[in-house]
Parts: sequence; structure tokens; C-alpha cells
Amino acid sequence: MRKVLSHPLAWPAIALLVLLVVNVIAQPEFFHLRMQDGHLYGSLIDILRNGAPVLLVALGMTLVIATRGIDLSVGAIAAIAGAVACVRIAGSADESATSTAIAACALALAVCVVLGLWNGFLVAVLGIQPIIATLVLMTAGRGLAMLITDGQITTVHNSFFDKISAGYVLTIPLAIIVALAVLGLTAVLTRRTALGMLVEAVGINPEASRLAGVRSRTIIWTVYVFSAFCAGVAGLMIASNTNAADANNAGLWIELDAILAVVIGGTSLAGGRFSLTGTLLGAMFIATLAVTIPNIGIPSETNYLFKAVVVILVCLLQSPKARAALRIRRRVTPTPVSAPEKAAA
Amino acid sequence: MVKKTLIATTAISVGALMLSACGSSDGGSASGKDDGKITMGFAQVGAESGWRTANTKSIQDSAKEAGITLKFSDAQQKQENQIKAIRSYIQQKVDVIAFSPVVETGWDTVLLEAKRAHIPVILTDRAVDSKDTSLYKTFLGSDFVVEGKKAGQWVVDNAKDADTNGDGKIDVVQLEGTTGAAPAIDRGEGFADATKANPAIKVVASQTGDFTRDGGKKVMETFLKTQKHIDVLFAQNDDMGLGALEAIEAAGLKPGQDIKIITVDAVHDGMQALADGKFNFIVECSPLLGPQLMDLAKKVVAGQEVEPRILTEETTFDQAQAKEALPTRKY
Repeated sequence: MRKVLSHPLAWPAIALLVLLVVNVIAQPEFFHLRMQDGHLYGSLIDILRNGAPVLLVALGMTLVIATRGIDLSVGAIAAIAGAVACVRIAGSADESATSTAIAACALALAVCVVLGLWNGFLVAVLGIQPIIATLVLMTAGRGLAMLITDGQITTVHNSFFDKISAGYVLTIPLAIIVALAVLGLTAVLTRRTALGMLVEAVGINPEASRLAGVRSRTIIWTVYVFSAFCAGVAGLMIASNTNAADANNAGLWIELDAILAVVIGGTSLAGGRFSLTGTLLGAMFIATLAVTIPNIGIPSETNYLFKAVVVILVCLLQSPKARAALRIRRRVTPTPVSAPEKAAA
Repeated sequence: MVKKTLIATTAISVGALMLSACGSSDGGSASGKDDGKITMGFAQVGAESGWRTANTKSIQDSAKEAGITLKFSDAQQKQENQIKAIRSYIQQKVDVIAFSPVVETGWDTVLLEAKRAHIPVILTDRAVDSKDTSLYKTFLGSDFVVEGKKAGQWVVDNAKDADTNGDGKIDVVQLEGTTGAAPAIDRGEGFADATKANPAIKVVASQTGDFTRDGGKKVMETFLKTQKHIDVLFAQNDDMGLGALEAIEAAGLKPGQDIKIITVDAVHDGMQALADGKFNFIVECSPLLGPQLMDLAKKVVAGQEVEPRILTEETTFDQAQAKEALPTRKY
């Protein structure tokens, strides 16, 4: 038991399970899945589908954080990706053609890669602190997205674009498959090649790894481009979800959700070791939390408070010091449940 | 709010340029009083939505029609930009100043300056929270409580039709706007007030969708799974309703039939959904207050007394009316 609990992924997994159990108590049919128009339909599918953009952004963020960096610009990049794709589709001669959508998405992702190169340039070449370097694009990027959409919500009608988030392959939403594919690819690239080790080396000590012959500049540059690319795909999913580009709100605060997912997953913000499985758990935890609020009927006024309390609890559970403190207290009062009763008596 | 500030910071330089350009080119020409023409200074909030853009266009167009010289500035959602703009209007000695305040408080100083310069001020669309009501002549805008009431009244009037499963109870789910925003609070209040008339109408679930399509869709997805049956959806703006529409369709239900949908705003995409039979009723929250504003401007410049609170001329749309109105819709 102690061995299981000491596994770094035990606590995020337990937190996710507890949250799911809470949902089932509130709504006994929570796990219920049925076929609807030839695809799976149910709350779990919602969680996976709506969690896909967060998972993607968090994957990119994991690698960035592993190099001791942070990427605050992902939300703005997601908004730009959606804006570029939607404006491109809406402005083309044949709005409903599949080729139009593919070209528009390719263009959007290319723009994101360029933005990633910019972030990487600021951090790796100019040596600006990551939080400041990416803050530039976090603030300017949304303005850019507004400029692209002319401040309007651009609605598109294109069946291919719609499928990015609402499409199904073998009854499973396409968005989930895309996100898991990127996860799988990242896992293979970082765990089956030396890349993961190099990323960790750069995160632990960039200077030492450079002296040891690791091209830390290239590694840092690569992770920012990867992060921007992931954000771009997430942005396309978000835009596709409503078939519209909303420059003001698309991907808003997703950078914070992603950072939270990474942290819940056990990756340290100090850089170095990272866990992709942890990030997956973290992203699913956040997606589940989003569904939990309307599911158990938390009033709008208190839903941020509810989120905050849950997140703080999870972070406390993860902290070895907090757990140790809890354990000592338990030893002092061996039956904590009966203690208040005694006091009452 | 923070988001808007962030966006605004990116555009500060642009805004500053616009302001300075405005000041330098028009600074010398001063008041229109001598040539008998009215000059109005208008400080807009920004261009954050289709609604706001339509609002801007309406004001610019109707100023041209009414022969009023318009000096226009865009505050990019920043109060300080708006205050700067108003001060520059005072320096230019315009005949009347109109603006949509970004936030409710902090206007007393600049409005006092305008009052001392004997320039009348008209508020549009949003109110200011100031004890001294002599600081402005009138407030022209929508009454969000009335909008909520109109939406609620539709459910009361169409109670039989709205009870889609015929169990005698009308289960309503509500998608609220941004928590704490005046339209969200007031529309919710108005709706609750109007639906009191029929005890069968009950709001079974209510949650914020932040006035966005994505938010509306995600919350509606959960509502569809947690509620046994939903008769009516009241979305406090069109965008949340449009997002919810997709969630309803994905659940294999027919929006407009299996679930009746009422929204507020009447932007183009919403009107399209109404004309297509996917929405049932839209309460208009009109941005086209330009003509009314110009009339008011003429009156206050001529020294006539005006009502301190004037409502925008607004209507409601059902499906047939939407079909009729859609081709000539400006936004």
C-alpha cells in the first residue's frame, strides 16, 4: 500500500478517481454510455473530447516546463490558429470544400510554428526569461487574433472543419484520437530516443549540459515550436467545436489549465524530470472538474471557489510535507472521526 | 476584465496614435456653434463583438444623416483611454459628448470638467455609478430586466407549447452570462420575475456560460445528461444559445421542437437560427441607438429638457418575424 502511494502518479490518479466517484454519487447515470447516431454518447465522452485541447496544450507545456521554461502564449496562439483557419475558410471561394479546410488548417498551423519560432528565438537566442518572453505573445497574440477576425466572431460552414472536434472515427471522437496520437508520438520520441533525457538535462542545468555537448539552444527552440504547434491544433479543435473563431474567448486561460495539468501530473516547475502520463491524468482531472460543476449543480457565483478548493486539496495531497504533517496529526489523535464527538460530549 | 485589459495593452499604442491624430488634426477647428453645426465627441468602449461594431456603425451612419460632425475614439476597453478621449473633446470644445462607459465608477472628475466647460454629456448603453446625476443629461440604453421579463413572458404565454413532454411541468435550464455582469444579473432577475406568474415553470438548472459559444455548449452538454427532461432553454445571449444548439443536436434532439430555445440580443447568427426554426424566440437588445442618440444630441444642445433615462427602441422576434427581418438586418 505504501509502495503504491509513494508512486508519483498515485495522487493525481486518486484525485481523478475521487472526482469521478463524486459525480456518480450526484448523478448515478454518470458513467452511462449509449450509441447516438452511430457514435458513443455520454459524460465520459464529453470529458475526453473537451479535455483534448487542454491535453494537447499541456503536452507542449510539459516539455517546455521540463527545460525550466514556461509558455504563457499558448492561449493566444490557439486563438490565432482558430482565427486564421476560420477567416481563411469564410473568405474562400468554395467555403464548404474539404480542400479549403485542409489548406486553411495547414496555414493556421504554419502560422503557429512561426510564432513558436519567435518564442524560441526570444528564450534560446536572446536569453530573455521564458515568462517574460512568452508574455509578449500572450498579450499581443490576442490583439493579433482580433485583427485577423476584425473583432467579429467568424462563423464557418464546412463539414470537414466541423469534424475536427465533432467528428467520430470508430464511434470515438476524432479530437480524442488526435490528442492521444500526439501523446503517443511525444512519448515515443522522448522515451525511446535520447531526446527526453536531453530535455531533462537542459532543464536541470542548461550550462552544464551545453558544456557536456548538448545543443541546449536547439532543444529549447524545439520545445517552444512544439508547444506552439500543439496550441495550434488545440485552437483548431476549439474553433471547430463551435464552428466559429472567437478571438476574445477562444483558448482563454487555457495556459493556466495546462500549467495546472502539468503540475498536478507531478512535473516540477523547476525543470528537469517530467511525466507525460502525469500530464494526461492532470488534463483529464481538469476536464472532469469542468463537467463536475454543472453536474453537481454548483451555483455560478461559487464555481471558481469550488475549483480553487479542489485544486488546493490536490496540491496539498501531492506535497510530501503536507502529507507528513497530516500523518503526525493522525498519530496524535488516532481516531480523528470520534474526536469531535468526544469534544461534543 | 483582465482579458480585456490585456487585449487593450496590445493596442494602447494604436489607440494613443488615434487619439493624438484626432487631437492634432481637429484641434484648431474647435466648436461648431459658430457655423450652426453640431459637433459630437463619442468615446466608444472598443470593438469587442459584432454587437459593438454594429453599435459603432449605427452611430457613425446616423451622425452623417443628421448632419452632426462626429469625433470618434475607440478606448480598447480601457477607462483611461476613454477619460483621455473625453478630455480631448473638452479641449476641442465640442457641443456634446456621448460615451459608453467601460466600467461603472471613476467618472466624477472628468464629467465635472465637462460640466464646468458647459458641455452636455449623454451616456449610451451602459450606466455610470455616480451620486451626482447632474453630471450627465441622460442615459440612453437597454433595460436588461425588461429583456429578461420579455423572455419569461414568452414562456408564460406559450406554456402549453413549451411543455414539450406534456407532463404539466415546464422545466427550464438557464445559461447565464458572465457572473457579476449587469446584463447577466438583470436578465436573470427579469426572467425569474415574469415566470413567477405560472407555478408550473421552474428553472431546474442554471449555470454560467460566460456569454460565449464554447461555454454555452459545454454547460448544455452536461445539462442534457444530468436533467431527466428539458422543456425550455433560456440563454442570456445568442452566442451561448448557438453553442447549446450544437450540444442539443449532438444529443439527437431537435432544437426548437424537443427543447424550446429563447435568447437575447438578435445578432445575425442568432436571427439565422431563429429563421431556420432552431430558436423559438429572441428578445432584441439593439445596438442601433444612433438615430435616437442624434435626436437627443440636438435636443440637449438646443437646451431642451430630456428624460434622465431613455430606453432603446427594441422589439422581440418569433420565427416568422425573423424570416422577414433577416434580409434587411444590419448586424
